[in-house]
Amino acid sequence: MIKTDALIIGAGPTGLFTAHQLKIIGLDCQIVDNLDKIGGQCIELYPDKPIYDIPAIPECTGEELTQNLIKQLENFKIKFHLNERVDEVKKDNNNWEVKTSNGTKFSTPNVIIAGGVGSFEPRKFSLKECEQFENKSIFYSVKDKKIFEGKIITIFGGGDSALDWAVELSKTSKVNLIHRRDEFRGANATVDKVHELAKSGKINLFTKYQLSGIKGSSNLESVEITHENKEVKTFKTDYVLGFFGLIMQLGPIANWGLNLNKKTIEVDTEKFETNQKGIYAVGDICTYPGKLKLILSGFHEGALAARACFKLARPNEKYRFEFTTSSKTIKDRLGVKSD
Amino acid sequence: MTKITYVEHNGKEHTIDVQNGLTVMEGAVQNDIPGIDADCGGSMACATCHVYVKDEWYDKLDEKSEGEDDMIDQAYEPKKNSRLSCQITVSDKIEGLVVHLPEKQV
Repeated sequence: MIKTDALIIGAGPTGLFTAHQLKIIGLDCQIVDNLDKIGGQCIELYPDKPIYDIPAIPECTGEELTQNLIKQLENFKIKFHLNERVDEVKKDNNNWEVKTSNGTKFSTPNVIIAGGVGSFEPRKFSLKECEQFENKSIFYSVKDKKIFEGKIITIFGGGDSALDWAVELSKTSKVNLIHRRDEFRGANATVDKVHELAKSGKINLFTKYQLSGIKGSSNLESVEITHENKEVKTFKTDYVLGFFGLIMQLGPIANWGLNLNKKTIEVDTEKFETNQKGIYAVGDICTYPGKLKLILSGFHEGALAARACFKLARPNEKYRFEFTTSSKTIKDRLGVKSD
Repeated sequence: MTKITYVEHNGKEHTIDVQNGLTVMEGAVQNDIPGIDADCGGSMACATCHVYVKDEWYDKLDEKSEGEDDMIDQAYEPKKNSRLSCQITVSDKIEGLVVHLPEKQV
């Protein structure tokens, strides 16, 4: 059981700056994120797109913003738990007991949800029958490529993941690659490689086709695909891989007894606290009258939620407001020299 | 103002006067039409404002933006006539446009 003053769910810009605010007022914190990297939507959705409305930064990309926020946290040595989704939040006397998908447990008086639009999950096939084969014959990511050796693999998708795995697995397996249109959205070199392998018969390429049926009992036996012009093809396959990018889902947050409004969490505007004492929501995932889904709003919300955390984490101390320009205590925490 | 009709997956129709210059997505969100999530707010970074446009309208709309098809690849049940409604700007030219909403967005 990890004890911490505050647990932040979400390593996007709001979560990162909230951590900064907690640390400069002397609280410790840890961060959990379902993605395999820090940055949230900024990194996953628009790493290269310029952002023009961060105060005092005329222009920066999602990736630059993330790198700068990480740099701002450097001296704090914050512990990140990536690739973990928070599944459970339960009351335990004055603390919240939090459990992740990997079984990591936290005990903390403060949980700050900075979860954006929820957690990123792979987009799955819409065909209902696919569910029974999931993680047996149908996968949305590759954990152990050895199981595919010498088998027939049918890959769906047109982005880098689909193309990279088609190229990689074609070395040891028979690969079918299926995409809904002729154009691919992967790196040019990989797209060229796929076309080359298709020409030499190493990859069977089917474009303008989509999955329309699957057959099998305990294991998958065959798939049926349908062309835009309704032409149907069926072939044997051992495994199916689907790479359709990530979607955002509120996920387990919906089960924590919080007041929800559509896909957002209702909070007050003093502490950004939810209807549960000690659980806060900041950034895109919170809502209140006048809420703007801007990164700068998330920074403000995180700063206030951090102060609210102080009261629960240090019930016998008084919080004193200080400026970073003048406070020796804060400068020590930041690891910068005092005048 | 331009009339746009949004048809939910269950067949329920909503005909709305949308201000020119807004997008078809914004017209739906501002009028609380169910079935368009628009998680990313119109920056073409998700595919949750996905709609189907009937053939006769599909060709009348401006060409897809660069990268739009890449996002549609990641939509729920994309079809040949799929568009992202955040990339269709409302103008007199599309008076009477009908868009059909998919069964779900995520």
